Amino acid sequence: MKTLKIIIIIFFIYPTSNLKAEDLEMKNKITKNLRCLICQGQSVYDSDSEFANSLKIIVDKKIDEGLSEDQIYEFFKNKYGEWILYDPGLNKNTYILWLLPLLIFLAGGAIIYNSFIVKK
Amino acid sequence: MRNKILSISIFLFFSIVFIVFFKGLKETNIYTPDLDIKKEIPFFHAKDFYTGKKLNTSDIFKLDQTYLLNIWSSWCVPCRKEHPLLLSLNENKKINIIGMNYKDNKIKAEKFLKELGNPYKRVFEDLEGTIAIEWGAYGVPETFLIYNNKIIRKYIGPLNLNIIEEIKLLIK
Repeated sequence: MKTLKIIIIIFFIYPTSNLKAEDLEMKNKITKNLRCLICQGQSVYDSDSEFANSLKIIVDKKIDEGLSEDQIYEFFKNKYGEWILYDPGLNKNTYILWLLPLLIFLAGGAIIYNSFIVKK
Repeated sequence: MRNKILSISIFLFFSIVFIVFFKGLKETNIYTPDLDIKKEIPFFHAKDFYTGKKLNTSDIFKLDQTYLLNIWSSWCVPCRKEHPLLLSLNENKKINIIGMNYKDNKIKAEKFLKELGNPYKRVFEDLEGTIAIEWGAYGVPETFLIYNNKIIRKYIGPLNLNIIEEIKLLIK
């Protein structure tokens, strides 16, 4: 009987605590990816400003509501614009940023191919 | 042939770099929030400052009316400065001034309104600062001009005489 009780207790405690740990991890990940707009060079995670603290509460609430990471980013993007995200998406203002490394890589590859492989 | 490819690629590389920097030069690197936004007002739940009754967006904002939502706090020094301007704007009957009391102590907030006067038609509380985030606000003071449930203008920081004139022109 005692072991059954323990098993039941573990059964009830284990999944919730595990979930909470996962939530906390997700919250930290999200707040590290959000820029504190009124601070200089700090993420929401690092900052202790009024703005950042309110944002952390919102992130908590949204996770509780069951929103995914991307949905939470989308929510903040709607409110404050792309600038709040540290990792900007591909759009007309950022396509050069995304494509330039690829172009340079291809150009470098072409030069190497021409000068070494074709020569041989 | 090899020289030609090399010179073309060097030329291409420098022109791309030039375009990137030239584009970057024109844009300011200081973050400037978008102030001229035509966004729907967000849906939120709040508590009335005086009665403590639960409110939501539709209880406060009605269609075909002009509202000025002012985020204020008793601990915010610039709010004190802009307060007389709000009182003077309140004489204009075309506009309804709504107050959002941001992360404040109720007793101090009540004292603030008693001391300086109450320009607000309605005041609601935002104890955690989360409603301000729903509105896309950065802090206190901040003011939104709303018509037909749409945000017409957003003023970050304390109001001044020029802004009050602009608001009067807009609501004419």
